[in-house]
Amino acid sequence: MSITILEVKKIAELARLELTPAEESRHAETISAVLDYMKILNEVDTTGVEPTFQVTGLTNVFREDTVEACATVKELVAQMPQVENDELVVPEVFEE
Amino acid sequence: MKLNELTIAQAADGLKKKKFTAVELTRACLDRIKKRNQEINAFITVCEESALAEAKEADKMLAKGKARALTGIPFSVKDAICTKGIRSTGAAKILDNYTPSFDATVIRKIREQGGVLIGKNNCDAFGHGASNENSMYGPVKNPRDTSKVSGGSSGGSAVAVADHQCIFAIAEDTGGSIRQPASFCGVVGLRPSYGRNSRYGIMPMASSLDTVGPITKTVNDLAVVMETIAGRDVRDATTVPDLVPVYTEALEKKLLGVRVGIPREYFEVPGINPEVKAATEKQIENLKNLGAKIVNVSLPHTKYAIAVYYIIVPSEVSSNFGRLDGVRYGTRNKGKDLFELYAKSRAVGFPEEVKRRILIGTYALSAGYYDAYYKKAQQVRTLIRKDFDEVFKIVDALITPTSPFPAFGIGEKANDPIAMYLADVLVAPAGVAGVPALSVPAGATKAGLPIGVQIIGPRLKEEVVLNVGRQLENVK
Repeated sequence: MSITILEVKKIAELARLELTPAEESRHAETISAVLDYMKILNEVDTTGVEPTFQVTGLTNVFREDTVEACATVKELVAQMPQVENDELVVPEVFEE
Repeated sequence: MKLNELTIAQAADGLKKKKFTAVELTRACLDRIKKRNQEINAFITVCEESALAEAKEADKMLAKGKARALTGIPFSVKDAICTKGIRSTGAAKILDNYTPSFDATVIRKIREQGGVLIGKNNCDAFGHGASNENSMYGPVKNPRDTSKVSGGSSGGSAVAVADHQCIFAIAEDTGGSIRQPASFCGVVGLRPSYGRNSRYGIMPMASSLDTVGPITKTVNDLAVVMETIAGRDVRDATTVPDLVPVYTEALEKKLLGVRVGIPREYFEVPGINPEVKAATEKQIENLKNLGAKIVNVSLPHTKYAIAVYYIIVPSEVSSNFGRLDGVRYGTRNKGKDLFELYAKSRAVGFPEEVKRRILIGTYALSAGYYDAYYKKAQQVRTLIRKDFDEVFKIVDALITPTSPFPAFGIGEKANDPIAMYLADVLVAPAGVAGVPALSVPAGATKAGLPIGVQIIGPRLKEEVVLNVGRQLENVK
């Protein structure tokens, strides 16, 4: 297998995803198969080929910095998972 | 004919001539949804109350003679597109209770033209899939044969149109998500050029590839919707300033002398269904009879498109999906600290395929692998683009099958990601190159499953693919 369960655990930690042991082994298996399939790209000589990051060719697109209507506090607060006094509640970010 | 079975053109005409009201038309679609949704599952949310209110408003406008392009026409929207005040889940539980405070630009434009939003369509969660089986709200079934998939990721949208649960639908196509389900369900679907339509308000999957387009019953309807939604948007810096053509005016042009290329590689795909091949060849014959010049061409890097696509997409997914963390909106799962809150919210909020793509992308972008995967894929992407650039020097459009096979069985490919990824083999290349591609119906298999052909055009030449599609549709 081109990716081990240990590596899956590591990436899952980086990606902030909790996985069950069954998921870890399924992902190790299927991701290995996908990565093996990607080896087909090694057939292609890409020496000196510029990567394509975008297809429009547009650069430095600006718009006027003007005041316009936007969502209200009420609308935004309504979408928050935990609220106290119209403020978003989050767990402690800094440890002691 | 029942009202819900009308095209946009027919419905708009009937409304203007007062043959029926927008409320009656909307009611007909709502009744159809009620009758069918339990079994077919094309809708996650149906907004009956607001739809009927909007239809009433449309009737007032019609009575005043103030009808616009889509006044009173009921449409549905893929649930991965934000709609103001209407729950938008992306078909994932992490956004189960999410109600956007704004409309995506394309939806705002349709509302401004009087369209009646009838509901939100089921899809593969956030567009991740080719069968609609990756929805956390259950698969969508193909109306022609309920043991078959709808295609995906915009399966609910294609089914809603094909099964007459709405008059047209708005969906997304990153690497085939409009075209493939359109072909599986026997309707028309367009992936526009990247940059032609605004992506503002679209839940992003792969930002350098995502596009928004219509699914309709006819090519003419598709042109009408494109005229409404296309164009530059200050809220999406990747939209192009190029003028939007009057697409409906280009439809009836004769194909005399138009050069249509047959890319060899698209007909040599392993496992291509002989009935699909024959149906495509019949359309090529039709093009010849219409006066088009058929040219054999080659797009040599076609077979690498899936590998390129499934590196770029997960990479951009892993980055884009950082925002879905259960902190500011969506479903939050409690944890003992911030890390656990993220990890547990994401664990229950995403289906398996979304997790897989986040993991693949995180891996592909991690130190030491970036050059081997992401950069390599972006280099081969350049070669795929160049293939199209070269071929469009000698032809005006390309014709290919949309999918190598008709709708497959529910569950058939569900546990084999590679087999599922390869379902996109004929639709991914246009996505990678950012060129427009249209799927139009091309008959059915002996078993009655729809077949679609794909018309691919040069960048920003939507009017060409719509013209070719319309002329093929005219052949009886």
